Amino acid sequence: MAITGVLRPGHVQIRVLDLADAVRHYTEVLGLIETARDATGRVFLKAWDEHDHHSVILREADESGMDFMGWRVDSTATLARLAREVESSGLVSDLSWLPAGDLPATGQRFRFTIPTGHVMELFAEREKVGNGLSDLNPEVWPDGLKGMSPTRFDHCLLYGDDLDGTVKLFREVLGFGLSERIVAGPDQLMIGAFLTCSNKAHDVAFIRQPVKGKLHHVSFNLDSWGQVLTAADIIAKKRVSLDIGPTRHGITRGETIYFFDPSGNRNEVFSGGYVYYPDKPTLTWTDDELGRAIFYHDRKINERFLSVFT
Amino acid sequence: MSYRIRIRTTEEDYGCPPETSLLAGMERLGRRGIPIGCRGGGCGVCRIVVESGRIRAGKMSRHHVTAADEAAGIVLACKAYPESDVTLRPIGALAACLSRGRDRPADACRSASSEDSNSIEPQR
Repeated sequence: MAITGVLRPGHVQIRVLDLADAVRHYTEVLGLIETARDATGRVFLKAWDEHDHHSVILREADESGMDFMGWRVDSTATLARLAREVESSGLVSDLSWLPAGDLPATGQRFRFTIPTGHVMELFAEREKVGNGLSDLNPEVWPDGLKGMSPTRFDHCLLYGDDLDGTVKLFREVLGFGLSERIVAGPDQLMIGAFLTCSNKAHDVAFIRQPVKGKLHHVSFNLDSWGQVLTAADIIAKKRVSLDIGPTRHGITRGETIYFFDPSGNRNEVFSGGYVYYPDKPTLTWTDDELGRAIFYHDRKINERFLSVFT
Repeated sequence: MSYRIRIRTTEEDYGCPPETSLLAGMERLGRRGIPIGCRGGGCGVCRIVVESGRIRAGKMSRHHVTAADEAAGIVLACKAYPESDVTLRPIGALAACLSRGRDRPADACRSASSEDSNSIEPQR
């Protein structure tokens, strides 16, 4: 097994202002599948091609934003080892263990707050419910898909202040690679970091901003540029709040469209991007080329895209 | 039926029906006086103060509109529905950004939002 340690983004818990509106958006517009509700009212969802019980959690709250993001690791032994190493790194705060079953169908989780103020979790066990296709001689997609029907919850982009501390934690303790970075000014200060634990161009990204624990967007993967265009049609048909797109990123090369859920949390659906390997050089973008880095076609900095977050 | 909405900072007027938010009504008619963010009550960019008139407000992120703010007539335009003619004034962070230089928007917003937290928004 070549991908070891942290395998993938396992879950994100999103705060929403109205649960019913949010469930309608995430199931009918985005096209996730509801798999459970818990006693506190949280709703659990998955994308169709994910095998795990859930990847997106909606919680009704007075503020929009992200509660936490969870990472699936390859084994309980790795979970124990990474918990020790995260703790001894001195880079995190508010460490705790959450018991198995605190999230449905999920084993125990190790929770901590990273230098940019985001709450992160590691876990090793979650019940597999399957992707609606057989494991033996399968079809290529299941019947009954709705909305944009992404294949998976793919990554988050997060805003926070201590970017250096968070990047150090992800690279040196959690074993991530730095696929791309944005630097600014004569001192080449890193203002953006794109981090990967897999063959993807990014599994999480951080932008330096003078805030703690903020969410820029939650992203879902589509199979093709054609599906991104269909997503744009759905955004128009369903009168969804559009942010920007369809377009392409210079960073990661992804083909993309951005929109907002009914509580103002930004969503992305995207396709494409390159295959990352750990020996690939880190790509660097300078702030004088930031327009092309973010939106490759129109090469302009978009104020709303940079300054609106939850 | 449509109410007359006046944006104090730009002295623009537009019509807005009672079932349409003040922000959506402005966008629909192509006016530009209120900054447009998420349109969902979450990002706080379209913060306005209602100087005169009555509105009905939907659920907004408490991070951006506290109960005290609401009592002082501050709402998010994307979640405010008119119940009479309204005069409003934008006070959101992006309004400050837009009035500054456009060369370095990230920096402009950084200083704008820190200034906001000193002058308009209490620290939270």
